[in-house]
Amino acid sequence: MRSYVPNTEQERAEMLKVIGLDSMDDLFSDIPEDLRLKRELDLGEGMSEADIRRIFAAYAANTRTDMPLFRGAGAYRHYIPAVIPQLLARSEYYTAYTPYQAEMSQGMLQGIFEYQTLMCNLTGLDVSNASVYDGATAAAEAMLMLRDSKRKRKVLVSEGLSPEVRWTIRTYAHGSGVEIVEIPLTDECRTDMEALEANFADAAGYICACPNFYGCIEDMQAVSDKVHELGGLLVSYVNPISLGALKRPGDYGADIAIGEAQPLGMPLSFGGPYCGFMCATAKLMRHLPGRIAGQTTDADGNRVFVLTLQAREQHIRREKASSNICSNQMLCALTASIYLSVMGPEGMAEVADQNLQKAHYLAEGIASLPGAKLRYPNTPFFNEFVVDFDKDSSVINAALKSKGYVGGMRLGYYGCDDNGVLFCATELNTRDEIDGLILALEEVLK
Amino acid sequence: MRSEYKLIFERSKEGRRGYDLPKLDVPSLDGLVPDEMKAQSKLDLPEIAEIDLVRHYTNLSRRNFGVDNGFYPLGSCTMKYNPKINEELPALFSDLHPLMDTDLCQGALDMMYHLDKALCEITGMDKFTLQPAAGAHGEYTGLMMIRAYHELKQDSARTTIIVPDAAHGTNPASANMAGFKIKEIKSAPDGSVDLEALRAAVGPDTAGLMLTNPSTLGLFESNIKEVASIVHEAGGLLYYDGANLNAIMGVARPGDMGFDVMHLNLHKTFSTPHGGGGPGSGPVGVKAELIPYLPSPVIMACHGGRVTLDYNRPLSIGKVKSFYGNFGVMVKAYAYIISLGGKGLREASRNAVLNANYVFSRLKDTFGVPHDRICMHECVITPGEELSALGIHTTDIAKSLIDRGYHPMTVYFPLIVHEAMMIEPTETESRETLDEFVEAMKSIAAEAKANPDALHAAPVTTPVGRPDEVAAARKPIVKYERQ
Repeated sequence: MRSYVPNTEQERAEMLKVIGLDSMDDLFSDIPEDLRLKRELDLGEGMSEADIRRIFAAYAANTRTDMPLFRGAGAYRHYIPAVIPQLLARSEYYTAYTPYQAEMSQGMLQGIFEYQTLMCNLTGLDVSNASVYDGATAAAEAMLMLRDSKRKRKVLVSEGLSPEVRWTIRTYAHGSGVEIVEIPLTDECRTDMEALEANFADAAGYICACPNFYGCIEDMQAVSDKVHELGGLLVSYVNPISLGALKRPGDYGADIAIGEAQPLGMPLSFGGPYCGFMCATAKLMRHLPGRIAGQTTDADGNRVFVLTLQAREQHIRREKASSNICSNQMLCALTASIYLSVMGPEGMAEVADQNLQKAHYLAEGIASLPGAKLRYPNTPFFNEFVVDFDKDSSVINAALKSKGYVGGMRLGYYGCDDNGVLFCATELNTRDEIDGLILALEEVLK
Repeated sequence: MRSEYKLIFERSKEGRRGYDLPKLDVPSLDGLVPDEMKAQSKLDLPEIAEIDLVRHYTNLSRRNFGVDNGFYPLGSCTMKYNPKINEELPALFSDLHPLMDTDLCQGALDMMYHLDKALCEITGMDKFTLQPAAGAHGEYTGLMMIRAYHELKQDSARTTIIVPDAAHGTNPASANMAGFKIKEIKSAPDGSVDLEALRAAVGPDTAGLMLTNPSTLGLFESNIKEVASIVHEAGGLLYYDGANLNAIMGVARPGDMGFDVMHLNLHKTFSTPHGGGGPGSGPVGVKAELIPYLPSPVIMACHGGRVTLDYNRPLSIGKVKSFYGNFGVMVKAYAYIISLGGKGLREASRNAVLNANYVFSRLKDTFGVPHDRICMHECVITPGEELSALGIHTTDIAKSLIDRGYHPMTVYFPLIVHEAMMIEPTETESRETLDEFVEAMKSIAAEAKANPDALHAAPVTTPVGRPDEVAAARKPIVKYERQ
């Protein structure tokens, strides 16, 4: 059995004596006798480090991470620079708690301040919080921001948001009594402007994704102009990597920009931990949920960072808080900061361009196959696109799997009747892999 | 000692480059993005060489303090040691995509299934969801299930959650987000539930009660069965805030006390690091009759040992997050559980309680003690009359601890104790560490009497002094602007 308790039997006995007790059991005299567990927990005898390694190696061996991957759908495989895991291993960062004591937490507080600045610069907005759980919860929190800042209980949500995000929004909407109206996409996979306008009465705003779940890039300037003309606020759900190539939310007038920061240096890790980012215009600062770091000075005039605007938060406001969140994804936010700092402006532009190029090379290859066609051939896309096949998509994916490829995401996965497949390519898909997949698909489609 | 530290932006120099990407090996096409959708200018991000970046973040980390640096008795946060072996394990799953076909991710699902089972055994609940990312997220999830439960019974009058005034601030905030009205009840002076106040508060509008046990004062709620029956007889459900579970692993179980829903903090009780404020993990456990309401998907074992994700959950509250939760955190927590085993978890809790009582016994003659009795895993003290008369506040003691090399305890919480200092040593601290801490506290008390002004000036050994928080909030500067 492994134990991380340093005190010996002898020391425990001496400590009990100081307390004035005879036995360890006396420590628990407040617990009614009939509530005390009379047996040991059935969780084994404990294990050595070597045992633990063996057991987890066996779990890992029962997963496949060596097959070329053409799946994204909200979680993306990008190159993670070696400096990221090395720097995150600094235990001054990872074994700390929330920076409540500013004087001994300047590392984290400055880290948050830098993260906020990086995310503001990436999205073109004025303020950022210190991050939330993930992109889906960022969208749910943004919905609440719309409700509170416009004092309206109706929010419009694009069908172009991922099913995971829309599902999370619906859960939160039910909890908080917000009416959600989903705005359909056109045949070109863009916001149906007529439907948007027709449903806008009494709506606080519109949450729209770009690139959307199907990979398509909307004309966000047009969406933004329309939303503002109708008197609402625009929330833009963006893939942060795409901002190396696409117009920033702030540049087309979005009021809030949110998204999943996982592509910025976080491993796939079977879905988490990831990191939701939330940026907004200065006007909406006091409606932002979660932690925010601010700059101030100490008595000597040194620049100091602190958690600020805490009057919005649950430990002060309790049930009147803007959100119940009382943590952030700090280490993941730090990951995003290091990633953006490593990449710099040139690196972000290049990685975004490589994603565009690889995805288009893949799309062209697949579209040239008989029995396959792009669903939205006339709509620009980033690193994902939908293909319609003549054959059943689960048959195609199973056949690809037997040839050693993880194919695209079946759109029928979440229960809707859709035979389409969402393919993804990033800078990590080599030309050989892509050519291999196209060849394999050709055989499968025969 | 005092020093400012440059921001990463202040180290940037145009043309420097720290990144490295594989060469593009497919034809490069122009015009893939229409002009009106294209980025308009170069992003304003740092341009920095790798060595300067590494030094920036390495030296920035030295302006921070974690459990690995020293004693961190932050009450209610369970800052126990984070075993190093556990840090290595998530990397085994780094490249595992969450939407892999289930036959290609069986190992990950199997681990989650076993973690669920282990958490059930520890708590006496029947099924867990691992989806919530933190304690407050777990509270929200649990409350949405309570709501769904009453809604299905068409009991639409049950719109109130009762929250004691000693509760964590997240409790009322989460209840509000889940659409409940909050009825706060006064606690008894010892932080326990005032049974008369509870009886008066329950009624046909009661959806449930949220309770932390041991309470936020570190005391076990001896009347818990009475509390449970009052709530259940009124038709409500009982929610357990698992922030303080580290006191009772292998000793008593929330499921046996009458709780219907609960959350755990894997980053507290199960030793996963706090990461400076996250990522955490807040699994939610329920009794059998609430299983239908769990977030979707639910992890299920099939015949033949295969594990699947069940999305066919018509009564589910839906999703509270993408995918299945903070998987990397789950890996660390499960490694911790199986490395300690049943006996080891019990020993962890027993020693956590021993350490708290030891510190309390040694401090109670020097400081104020709201309740002089055996505590659980944490204790609450105050500056006491003598120090208060000298104008010494909890903040002064906390800041003086920083100068002595400690992270302070939780201060000004619970709210029901004036000038509270909540100390949670955890089981992973040795007697010497506790003794040294006690001596540091006593020396602060002595200094306070000799020279109270010195305490107001603390800390003096840190890179920066006490920040002007009022100025920070009055005119917020929340991002760097180039001069």
